[in-house]
Amino acid sequence: MSEATVRIQKIRKDTVKTRLILFGTLAFLLLIGSVFSEHLTPCDPYLQDLTNAKAAPSAAHIFGTDRYGRDMLSRVIVGSRASIYSTLLLVAVITVVGTGIGVFCGWHGKWIDTVLMRISDMFLAFPGLVFALAVAGVLGGGLQNAIIALAAISWPKYARIARSQTLSQKETPYLKAARLSGSGTWKIIFKHILPNIMGPILVTSMLDIGTMMMELAGLSFLGLGAKPPIAEWGSMMSDTRSLITTVPWVTFAPGLAIFVSVMIFNLLGDTIRDYADPKNRGR
Amino acid sequence: MEQPVLKVESLTKIFTRKGRPDMKAVDHISFELMPGECLGLIGESGSGKTTAVNMITRLLDPTEGRILLDGDDITGISGRELRKVYAKMQMVFQTPAESFDPRRTLGDGIGESLRNNGWGRARTKMEVAELLERCGLSADFASRYPHQVSGGQCQRAAIARALAIKPKLLICDEATSALDVTIQKEIIALLNDLRWKLGGNLSILFICHDIALVQQFCDRVLVMYRGKIVEQGRPDDVIRNPQNDYTKRLIESIL
Ligand SMILES: Nc1ncnc2c1ncn2[C@@H]1O[C@H](COP(=O)(O)OP(=O)(O)OP(=O)(O)O)[C@@H](O)[C@H]1O
Ligand SMILES: [Mg+2]
Repeated sequence: MSEATVRIQKIRKDTVKTRLILFGTLAFLLLIGSVFSEHLTPCDPYLQDLTNAKAAPSAAHIFGTDRYGRDMLSRVIVGSRASIYSTLLLVAVITVVGTGIGVFCGWHGKWIDTVLMRISDMFLAFPGLVFALAVAGVLGGGLQNAIIALAAISWPKYARIARSQTLSQKETPYLKAARLSGSGTWKIIFKHILPNIMGPILVTSMLDIGTMMMELAGLSFLGLGAKPPIAEWGSMMSDTRSLITTVPWVTFAPGLAIFVSVMIFNLLGDTIRDYADPKNRGR
Repeated sequence: MEQPVLKVESLTKIFTRKGRPDMKAVDHISFELMPGECLGLIGESGSGKTTAVNMITRLLDPTEGRILLDGDDITGISGRELRKVYAKMQMVFQTPAESFDPRRTLGDGIGESLRNNGWGRARTKMEVAELLERCGLSADFASRYPHQVSGGQCQRAAIARALAIKPKLLICDEATSALDVTIQKEIIALLNDLRWKLGGNLSILFICHDIALVQQFCDRVLVMYRGKIVEQGRPDDVIRNPQNDYTKRLIESIL
C-alpha cells in the first residue's frame, strides 16, 4: 500500500472517530434530556392560559404558545419522553424478537424455518407504513398499539439478517470445535453465535432509530398513536395543523424537534456503520 | 482379544445437490483402531478424508454405516449422549486458526470442554496453563486472541484444546500441513512425546498428505482414493510394495 493511501485511511479513521464522539454525545444528551424532561421545562407544559393563546414566540415563550396558551417549548421538551422512549423501546423489541427468530430459524432449519421465513416474506411484501396503519387501525389508537403495529412490520428485516448470519456461522470450524468441546445448543448460541453476529444487527438497529421515530410520529400524526393531552411530537403537529397558516410556530416547534432528533440518530447510525466497517479499522 | 477404540463399518457419505449428480465422497470404508495405536490416513486432496472424520466425530451425518467407539454404537445418538462421547474423542481441525472463535481467547477455547464437564473457573485456568506449557507455549497465551498468534502457535493451542479432556481417541486432520517443515517437526515431536507418556491410553488417527511423515510416525496406514480405502498395512510394507496404482504413483511422486 502506498504512503498516500495509508494516510487517507488514517484521516478517514480519525474523522469517523470524531463523528462518532460528536453524534454519540448529541444522542446521549438527547436521551438524558428526555429522561429528565419534566425538570427541564421552563413552564408547566399542561397549564392552560387562554388569555395568552396563540402567542407569537417571545422571550417568555421561545416557541410561542398553542391554542390553549400552553408553552410550546415545554411541551416539546416533555414530548421527547414519549417520542424517544417509545422509539427506543420499539427498536429494542424488534431487534431482540427479530434476532431471536432469525437465529432460531438458522440454527434449527427444517420445516419450522420454512414456515417462519414465509411469514416474514409476507410482512416484507407489504408496504410498511400502510400495513402498520391497518394494524393500528384494527387495534385502535394509543402509543402502545402504535408500537405493536410498527413492531409487527419491522421484525422480519432483523430475522433475515440474523438467519443468514447464523447459517454462515454454523459452517465455521470454530462452531464445530465448540460442539466437539461438548457445548450444548444454548451455550453455542449465546457464547459463540450471538457475539459474532451482533455487529451488523446493531448497526441496522442504530440506523432504524431515526426511521422508527419518524414512523411513530407519523402514526401519531394520523391519530393512531399517542392520544391528547399526552405531549408527543407527531400528535402535537397533527393537533395544530389547522393553525399552520395563522400561527405556524405551533407546528414548527415539534416538527423541528422531530427533524433534529431523527437527524442525530441517523447520523449516529451512519457513523457506527462506518466505524464497524473493517476497511476503517487499522487491523 | 482387545477391543478396538474405534470401529468403522462400511461408512458412506453421499452428497446430493440439486441439478448435479450425486457425489460419493466416502464410499463404504471400514477399519479398526486399537488402543495405543497410531493409524495414518493418506490420500490426495478431495479423496474424502475430512468427510470421513467429520462423520466419525458426528459433525456430519453418515448416509450409511456404523461407528463404534469403545464398542458403543454412536451412529444415531444426539444431544446429551453425544456430548458425553466427546469426552472420549477429540479432533484437531485442518484449519487451526479458524477453529478458534475470533471473539474469545485461546484459553477460553482450550478450557471449554473442561468447563462443560463441570470444572470450576480457577481449576480450569490452572489446567489450561499446564496444557499450554505441555504443548510448548507459555501460559500467557491463554489470554491471547486467535489473530494475535502465528499459525504454528495456533496449531499447538488446537492440540492443547483437543487434549484438555484427556480423550482416548485423538483425530488429527492434517495437523501439520499448514506449517513449515521445522514447526512440523516440533509438532510431530510433541505428539510422539504424548504417545510415549500416555501409552495405551491414547490412540491417534493421523490424516496427512505426506507419506514420509506417516512412515515415521504411524504404526499402520490406510490409503484413500476417491472415497474408497484402496490399501492398508504397515507403512514400510506399503511403501516398499504398493499394490494399488494410485499408491504407486503417490510413492513415485515423492521419491
Ligand atoms: N458439504 C459438501 N457438499 C458437497 N460436497 C462436499 C461437501 N464437503 C465435501 N465435499 C466433496 O467431497 C469430497 C471430499 O472432500 P474432503 O474435504 O473430505 O476431502 P479431503 O480428503 O479432506 O481433502 P483435503 O486433503 O484437500 O483436505 C470433495 O470432492 C468435496 O468437494
Ligand atoms: Mg481435508
